[in-house]
Amino acid sequence: MPTGVPIEFAHLTKSFGAVDAVSDLSFTVEPGQVTGFLGPNGAGKTTSLRMLLGLVTPTSGTATFGGTTYGRLGSPLTTVGASLEAASFHPGRSAHNHLAVYAQAAGLPSTAPAAALEKVGLGAYGSRRVGGYSLGMRQRLGLAFALLGDPGVLVLDEPINGLDPEGIKWIRLLLRGMAAEGRTVLISSHLLSEVQQTVDDVIIISHGTLVHRGELSSLDVSDSKQVQVNADDRDRLAEAIRSAGFEVSNLRSGVLVENAEASAIGRIAFEAGIPLTALSQKRTGLEESFLTLVGEEGAL
Amino acid sequence: MNIFASLRSEITKLTSTRLWWVLAIIMVGYVALCAGGLAAILAGVGTRAGGPVLPDAQLPPLIYSFATSVGYVFPVLLGALAVTSEFRFQSLTPTFLATPRRGTVLAGKMIALVLAGAVFGVLALLASMGAGAAVLGAFGIDPLLGSPDTWAFVGRSVLAMALWAGIGVGLGALVPSQIAAIVIVLAFTQFLEPLLRFGASITDWSAEIGKFLPGAASDALVGSSIFTLMSAGGSQLEWWQGALVLAAIAAVATAIGYFTSWRRDVS
Repeated sequence: MPTGVPIEFAHLTKSFGAVDAVSDLSFTVEPGQVTGFLGPNGAGKTTSLRMLLGLVTPTSGTATFGGTTYGRLGSPLTTVGASLEAASFHPGRSAHNHLAVYAQAAGLPSTAPAAALEKVGLGAYGSRRVGGYSLGMRQRLGLAFALLGDPGVLVLDEPINGLDPEGIKWIRLLLRGMAAEGRTVLISSHLLSEVQQTVDDVIIISHGTLVHRGELSSLDVSDSKQVQVNADDRDRLAEAIRSAGFEVSNLRSGVLVENAEASAIGRIAFEAGIPLTALSQKRTGLEESFLTLVGEEGAL
Repeated sequence: MNIFASLRSEITKLTSTRLWWVLAIIMVGYVALCAGGLAAILAGVGTRAGGPVLPDAQLPPLIYSFATSVGYVFPVLLGALAVTSEFRFQSLTPTFLATPRRGTVLAGKMIALVLAGAVFGVLALLASMGAGAAVLGAFGIDPLLGSPDTWAFVGRSVLAMALWAGIGVGLGALVPSQIAAIVIVLAFTQFLEPLLRFGASITDWSAEIGKFLPGAASDALVGSSIFTLMSAGGSQLEWWQGALVLAAIAAVATAIGYFTSWRRDVS
């Protein structure tokens, strides 16, 4: 069983002329869990990952796998599996041959391509030309490339983009399984909601700088709590809650109460003898916190 | 992660798409047509019309050299496309992930393409010698297939085609845009170089420079071509000098391409 090594970013910086695409990025990605690398489009996620994988030269700083840069890994594909944005394929080559090209370059056994295709559910489509693949199939083929060497570290750029709901569920289970085996799994996304059910830890960047890192639950920092409540006699309900000292506003489907717990509002309605048709606690939630962290352009 | 793994990978890249055999089929057809056609004209003129002719012994190598004199553009295209398609389809990303040492990748590609160029050379010679010898034989001219000179010529032709593929690799590394590379190959080989060679042959001093043009060097290496026949009397390099000129062009272009496009950030 290949074991994961930590991914370490240390003061990683990339400037394009006067513009810093990534500046002074430092964090560590631990094995044994799925880490989400989040940020809006253009935040520098892909540039950071490309520097990590030796495809882009950093202006300063380093990104390593357990202290070794990608270019110095003895056997890169068996140490790190990476998939960067779909469409790095020659459309005229079959999926199996596409993988065989890189398996041969890395000195992997000739059975590796078929095994990787099997793992991602493309076993029956290996002889088909990649040009005819759907976006979802290309995503899976990208993942098959990452799994080719059965690596201990997975680095996937937007792996969920383009997958259908069934595919999303499948990749979620696959990545969780990989992490449970002790591998290091780093996945990027511009949508928190897309990876919310997959990741343990999040690293959030905006404009090339780290704005948050920690467990997923650390994002749930909402201090204002709202309760949505409704009754057939909505006016009387609003009056009763207001007289109990809460701030109330009308919604199309009921009444919104600021800074309240659902239990307190329920008790007020009960004591006033008003039968409720709906009562729910609204949280500002992870997505709100995420958008606050990354700024306005994250609202996609 | 050695050069052999890279070479093997590059050979698989070449053989797993349709490009190589599409180019090979066009080349074989084109070379066979030119060689057969010219053999028929020259042999026909010589035997029937009694016009000014070449000695029979000069005819076969001239006909057979169509393998390189019209066929050389195909290995150049193959080499250039092998490099530029990596940029076009962004397959440099998985390539450099599998082999982070980029020099190893380029060296593997160069060796693979030189071998492929040699294969193209063999196919082109089969076409020119097959069609040419058949037509010459039909006119009663000895096709000289048993002559050691002919087989030395075959070896030099295969070497020339291999080196042309290497020049294609260098061009592709130098000009990563696929369209631009194709336009350059076709414009230079089909138009610009023939004009330059003709222009250079007018004065003695320019002819001294003109013999270093890649097409002239290739003809010098092969030792016979329709072009050298037309500009008879012009100075020519020794065959091994021609080979060195072609190899130097390939090496210099590849080295410049390595330091410019090949080592650039892949994004």
